[in-house]
Amino acid sequence: MSSTRRLFIAAALGLGLGFASSAHAQGAAERFITVSSTTSTQDSGLFGHLLPLFKAKTGIDVRVVSQGTGQALDTGRRGDADVVFVHARAQELKFVEDGFGVERKAVMYNDFVLIGPKSDPAGIKGSADIAAALKAIAAKQAPFVSRGDRSGTHSAELALWKGADLDLEKIRGSWYREIGQGMGAALNTAGGMNGYVLSDRGTWLSFKNRGELDIVVEGDRRLFNQYGVMLVNPQKHPHVKAKDGQAFIDWLVGPEGQKAIADYKIEGKQLFFPNAAQPGA
Amino acid sequence: MTVPDAFREAAGLVVDLDPRFVGIVALSLRVTLTAVLAAAAIGLPLGALLGISRFPGRSAVIVFVNALMGLPPVVAGLMIFLLLSRSGPLGSWGMLFTPSAMIAAQTLLVLPIVIALTRQTVEDLWGEYREHLASIGLTGLRAVPTLLWDARFALATALLAGFGRASAEVGAVLIVGGNIAGYTRTMTTAIALETSKGDLALALGLGLVLVCLTLFVNAAAYGASRLGARYAG
Amino acid sequence: MRADPSILPLVVEGLGFEADGRALLADVGFTLRRGRPTVVLGPNGAGKSLLLRLCHGLIAPGTGAVRWAADEGVAAGRKRHAMVFQKPVILRRSVRANLDHALSAAGTDSAGRAERTAAALVRFGLTALADAPARRLSGGEQQRLAIARAWALGPEVLFMDEPCANLDPGSTARIESLVSDLASEGVTVVMTTHDLGQARRLAERVLFLDKGRLVEDAPADRFFDAPETPQAAAFLRGDLLW
Repeated sequence: MSSTRRLFIAAALGLGLGFASSAHAQGAAERFITVSSTTSTQDSGLFGHLLPLFKAKTGIDVRVVSQGTGQALDTGRRGDADVVFVHARAQELKFVEDGFGVERKAVMYNDFVLIGPKSDPAGIKGSADIAAALKAIAAKQAPFVSRGDRSGTHSAELALWKGADLDLEKIRGSWYREIGQGMGAALNTAGGMNGYVLSDRGTWLSFKNRGELDIVVEGDRRLFNQYGVMLVNPQKHPHVKAKDGQAFIDWLVGPEGQKAIADYKIEGKQLFFPNAAQPGA
Repeated sequence: MTVPDAFREAAGLVVDLDPRFVGIVALSLRVTLTAVLAAAAIGLPLGALLGISRFPGRSAVIVFVNALMGLPPVVAGLMIFLLLSRSGPLGSWGMLFTPSAMIAAQTLLVLPIVIALTRQTVEDLWGEYREHLASIGLTGLRAVPTLLWDARFALATALLAGFGRASAEVGAVLIVGGNIAGYTRTMTTAIALETSKGDLALALGLGLVLVCLTLFVNAAAYGASRLGARYAG
Repeated sequence: MRADPSILPLVVEGLGFEADGRALLADVGFTLRRGRPTVVLGPNGAGKSLLLRLCHGLIAPGTGAVRWAADEGVAAGRKRHAMVFQKPVILRRSVRANLDHALSAAGTDSAGRAERTAAALVRFGLTALADAPARRLSGGEQQRLAIARAWALGPEVLFMDEPCANLDPGSTARIESLVSDLASEGVTVVMTTHDLGQARRLAERVLFLDKGRLVEDAPADRFFDAPETPQAAAFLRGDLLW
């Protein structure tokens, strides 16, 4: 029985140590903020480039939870993040209007590109007219992969269908496939079924499993994708680290952050274009 | 991307002991081992009690616990998430998106396995030991330490099964941990992320490491049961 | 040990037990004093094992009472009666740990445990097997360990339920001589057996049960030479009792 007792003591000790070490790990990163952001900023590698620069300057660790824009805003609404950094202007403004965010600031934009198989069954390659391209896809009923996850890219896609005077509810069929997952998963799926998919350029450039996929439509002004950042309102959620969160926002929209964004390149191509100073962005 | 590439990349990660890679493996092990220990500390005594006690509704409790062994990780994650969210009842603890939250979620996943398998093992053993233990004065709660100790090899297998479930799951840790680079990124969430980034080689490399760990755990489980069979009969 | 107040005599009065509306034991009464072995005889299902379990306190009586001279057979803070089962319950540990476990359960301190364990190993010829996994022992060795474990507790009364039921003749002979030695050392043994030869060799007194009733309670010599009841006579002749 004494050996059993030893077993229990060992288990209890192990348990204590486990939690203690977790607590220690939290204590070690003394200053941190939690940012809820989108899969595109994470998957494109932008945060991997920005965060070390910010930490070196301020000593603040930034923990990024990347989700679809809708989820990321919900995370902010619940108070589970200090800063929200997403790309869906209308939803962002509503977030602030509802009192969950303090103020929305424009940070940068990138653009969406329409990706499709090299075989191009809809015959739209090289076009710069996204509305015409979507009409062609719908007419041919060529496979199209939708994020279907309330992300910024998803809402942008829905707006594009609407802008092309297509009522998705009426025309959708088995060719229109909602997967409810992130950008990378959508690209993998499109590659697997030789379908078309709307992607942000950053994720596309850093995506490694391209297979038969390529850009078919780009350069349309309607494809621009604006990012905004907001501090979660400390009046709603008193535990929000307002000072450090604001420091991150100020850095992003200030000269250093804006330059760091412009400096981030993949294969020599700039992915994000800082425009914090541009009115109405 | 070819399979040999994936193997080469995986080997490179292991051989170079890439610090980010080592961090991910270490975090995965720390979270899962702590969760298994916590589940053992709670589940072994509870399972043993359930095995030796008789009360109205006991069958219902047993069926319920057995069913929970199939609890989808995502649901376990969601429950912990709702508890720990700043808008949830334990929000003031500030535990969401931390390794502690992942430990809590995995504990919830492993606990039913530990309780159910302990209950079964201890109940069988108790059938055999009951009269002798009562004869020397060990009745009720006092019988539990003896039963747990004598069932140690079978229980070790139960704990290893729990370890397997926890180390392989991605749904719960992703929801409550947030897959934060360098902080709550585990092997499984990293595999999911690299897959979504289309870096299938790296994902497969990490997957291979995970498979090796699982193999190791299973070999240990098999060894323990063999050793137990030889020693305890 | 002998200075402790005795738990004997044991007085059993009007003892009865029912299960599922069937009387398994009814109106059994006898008094047990310190002495040579008492053997409980009777056909299958007569209630022999049940009687031992009721006396040992493993089962609560339905009716009647089991009264020790000292309350519940506990004297000087220790339970002074022990039991050995037909199929010995051997823990999944070493021989030594099996002994240690029972002593620990009885509240013996660590020095006392070491001393009693060593004494039991020597007394029952188990020293060479002390560190062997107990479950790997042969049937005879396991039963010897079970008796050693009960003996280590220092019982005044030892209940044994068919201790030789599954053993070969050599092991049976060895267990019988152990029982005889224990009786000589002052342990009062109450045992059941199917083996009439064994009963003749060991018993000083016979309790003969039939269909849950105590039919005959007699000195062994008289019981075997001149049974008083037709059931006992038939049993000794080997007739089936239905």
